Amino acid sequence: MEQKLVSDDIMKITPLNNWSDCLEKISKNKDEEAFKKLFEYFAPRVKSFLLKSGGSENQAEESTQEALATVWQKAHLFDPLKASASTWIFTIARNKQLDAIRKINRPEPEELPWMSLEQSDARDAIILQEEQNSLALAVSKLPKKQRGLIEKAFYGDLSHSEIADITKLPLGTVKSRIRLSIDRLRRELGKKLQ
Amino acid sequence: MKTKHHIPNEILTAYATGALPEAFSIIVACHVSMCDQCRSEVEALDTLGGVLIDNQEIAEINLNSFEKTMQLISKQNKKDTEVRKTSKDIYPTPLKSYFGGSSSNIKWKSVGGGVKQSILVNDKQASARLLSIPPGAQLPDHSHKGLEMTMVLQGSFSDEVDSFYRGDVELGDDHLTHTPKAGMKEHCICIAATQAPLVFNSWIPKLLQPFIRI
Repeated sequence: MEQKLVSDDIMKITPLNNWSDCLEKISKNKDEEAFKKLFEYFAPRVKSFLLKSGGSENQAEESTQEALATVWQKAHLFDPLKASASTWIFTIARNKQLDAIRKINRPEPEELPWMSLEQSDARDAIILQEEQNSLALAVSKLPKKQRGLIEKAFYGDLSHSEIADITKLPLGTVKSRIRLSIDRLRRELGKKLQ
Repeated sequence: MKTKHHIPNEILTAYATGALPEAFSIIVACHVSMCDQCRSEVEALDTLGGVLIDNQEIAEINLNSFEKTMQLISKQNKKDTEVRKTSKDIYPTPLKSYFGGSSSNIKWKSVGGGVKQSILVNDKQASARLLSIPPGAQLPDHSHKGLEMTMVLQGSFSDEVDSFYRGDVELGDDHLTHTPKAGMKEHCICIAATQAPLVFNSWIPKLLQPFIRI
């Protein structure tokens, strides 16, 4: 099995892409074409992530297929108000990485219930995506060494002192945006319960 | 009640990247289930992971990768998509798998003085246990080798640092010697994770230590 890493060193900013739409089509209509589009973009990225986390070629390939199958299966749980598609797919890939490659058992928090877009505002999903884009831009402007730390951290190759450096990254605005979404969700839930 | 004592960023980062031993991850997962502030920290770190996925080099996938994935999908089991719902009792959902889903399955073992414990995980790096401490009872004062994290699930405890209620997390390290005392109202039930066996300061508890394994 031939495996080639395509060098793609320039940090790109994800355009306001339609991955959320794809996921909606997958969940509502079992739309294979939408899934294929999403697969072609994400599978090579997920595989690269798994390879760099120490997976063998076979392991990474197999785990990528499993992760993308999970994406299909859980598409109805994707909520663009809580996370962008790439963040959501990252969490699935990361769980696969911990489970299959790094053999780490990491319990996960309870999930917040989600509201369908009809009940809330699609604009907020766009703002969240924009926040992620500015984060991507901020990360791309970091010195190479610091950018490397982020990669090392998520590939599972970071020492204790280096983890402290990650906490200095510019995550503030993303954090407050997520916090706003959670607060709003709590309010809506409160209303529903009354 | 709103959580007052949170988990430091460094530990949340270690959790988000999978660097944290399971025993401590249990506490993070339970705390994040109750604390929106720490949840947004963890989810912001996930967003960083999303940025990484978008912008890293790409690998070449096998020619039949898509077809194989579709085959996997056709074999999928609906049961696997169950949501980790909010727990209805004092034990957050991330804990449930450690005692087969129901708190009636918890195997409590008496460790003396009315204190009971149930070990959740005990591996090379760290151990985690549930502790049940009778109202007003005191744990022997102890210092720590390495990290200790305690989170309250029911009732409260107080020590030299502060009072801790449901959802609150106290961190101890080599510098903290404390004497936690349970609140008077009810049994204090908490999760405690420790990096290495504690060192007790008074001789009787020290003698007890191999048995209690706190």
